[in-house]
Amino acid sequence: MTGAAATAPQRRDRSHSLLDLHVLGPILALAALILLGTGISATNESTFLSASNISNVLSRSAFIGIIAVGMTFVITAGGLDLSVGSMAAFIAGLVILTMNSLAGTVESVPMLVLVGMGAALSAGLAAGAINGFLVTNMRIEAFIVTLGTMGIYRSLVTWLADGGTLSLDFTLRTAIRPIYFGGFGWLTWPIIVFAFVAVLGELVMRRTAFGRYCAAIGSNEQVARYSSVNVNRVRMATYVLLGLLVGVATILYVPRLGSASPTTGVLWELEAIAAVIIGGTVLKGGFGRVWGTVIGVLILSLIGNILNLTDAVSPYLNGAIQGVIIILAVVLQREKKAGT
Amino acid sequence: MTVDRTGTPLVEMRNVSLSFGGVKAVDDVSVDLFPGEVVGLLGHNGAGKSTLIKILSGAYAADAGEIHVNGERARIENPRDARRYNIETIYQTLALADNLDAASNLFLGRELTTRLGFVDDARMEAETRAIMGRLNPNFRKFSDPVSALSGGQRQSVAIARAVYFDARILIMDEPTAALGPQETAMVAELIGELKKDGIGIFLISHDIHDVMDLCDRVSVMKNGKLVGTEDVGDVTDDDILGMIILGKKPERAAA
Repeated sequence: MTGAAATAPQRRDRSHSLLDLHVLGPILALAALILLGTGISATNESTFLSASNISNVLSRSAFIGIIAVGMTFVITAGGLDLSVGSMAAFIAGLVILTMNSLAGTVESVPMLVLVGMGAALSAGLAAGAINGFLVTNMRIEAFIVTLGTMGIYRSLVTWLADGGTLSLDFTLRTAIRPIYFGGFGWLTWPIIVFAFVAVLGELVMRRTAFGRYCAAIGSNEQVARYSSVNVNRVRMATYVLLGLLVGVATILYVPRLGSASPTTGVLWELEAIAAVIIGGTVLKGGFGRVWGTVIGVLILSLIGNILNLTDAVSPYLNGAIQGVIIILAVVLQREKKAGT
Repeated sequence: MTVDRTGTPLVEMRNVSLSFGGVKAVDDVSVDLFPGEVVGLLGHNGAGKSTLIKILSGAYAADAGEIHVNGERARIENPRDARRYNIETIYQTLALADNLDAASNLFLGRELTTRLGFVDDARMEAETRAIMGRLNPNFRKFSDPVSALSGGQRQSVAIARAVYFDARILIMDEPTAALGPQETAMVAELIGELKKDGIGIFLISHDIHDVMDLCDRVSVMKNGKLVGTEDVGDVTDDDILGMIILGKKPERAAA
């Protein structure tokens, strides 16, 4: 920009200030949204800052958020998973069918719930392992693999539901409602689990060898391989971890409506990927930030929430605004690259 | 200055061959390396020198031939095997993960951890500072991603990694390519330090001057075959050029 006159120290400073903007960007955006929401709610006396609204926003964020934490690892390691939305729908269908079919034989409701949770986690684990196996051992592009499994799971849940809706047995539905709606006052279980997953994810990404291997593989797979990092195993682990977290998200999702249909989890994969990118993780891999992802998720859900509270902009434009923000986030990432 | 070649060689590659499809990339090549010695590997692009060295570093498995380390038959099938034999490779382009800082790169694949199993960044940075203080005292950028470093600085991080983990056999692929004169001198100094420690170095290069300055012996390859191995003191630049281009052994050596 400044041409040949730019000396080395100046360049350094410039890249540093941009790096700071890069770190602060998502936080500033979130703060701006909160201020905007507060301002709007002051003018039209809506309930933006009420505990119930905040609780509601956070609970709804939890599904995408938990999945997006796993997605952060996959993307950091240079991968991608488009199948998570369909996977969630398929797992939800499986859980409902499993619990319904056992409802007659197993008397104890807590037992049934545990079986349902086990089914969700093992299905997620298996689905993630299948994606991981195809990407690592069969050496198929992650985009292709997960595009394929996305179609497969979506079609399977449609088939299981015979085109309609799979509904959980009524007594069971009442029994598991607290898993989504319960908790400690406004601090509902989805929020607690999301917070737990996020903190754990941040620790793993920043403070363990596994997190570092993800960044190294995404940065330069060959270097990682020559540094005797078991590239395939780490990659596999990122997909399995993501599958497992999709299972966790499904456990929290099923109690909310007590049903699964072909439209369950539609576009979740894109929301999760968008949250990861808005948070500052590099789409090409090599650098990941779990706390950024959490902020990305909150930004996306706050936009929807604020649009619902105001008449100024139609809520139908939610997707358009989210789209602009995603593109802006990527532009900011590129600025950073150009500065170094 | 002269290298003692009476003992057991650090590495011997005997009659090694490797084909890709129908092409013999490495054809019955034998080279050896003694402690404290630098052996240059010269040849055109595609002469097979990189392939030969990738067999030693475990990136490729040879079709035929044997590798001996310290006189004992070694099985090297992947980079981890090579590491077990204290063979470290410094690739020109593949040395470092750009988005990680110097310490993370130095310890990549062998992170120091705390008792809880978390990576111990403080200790890794302290160790990195200690070794860089010895190898490259001017090095300052410990917390930046290595993409912010100059070519010579990157090279010194890569070399520090090898030295820290007790490399006995070092493979350097074009270590001075893309470096300025000052940084080339720095790398030459580093190589001198490593020789004093009894480390053996295979140095792959295009540059004859590099090789004449840094190496004790030079092995020249052409079309996958070994043309010959010469003491750099016994040959001229022209002799070596003749070996590279024409695949001809120097007159005097042949006599």
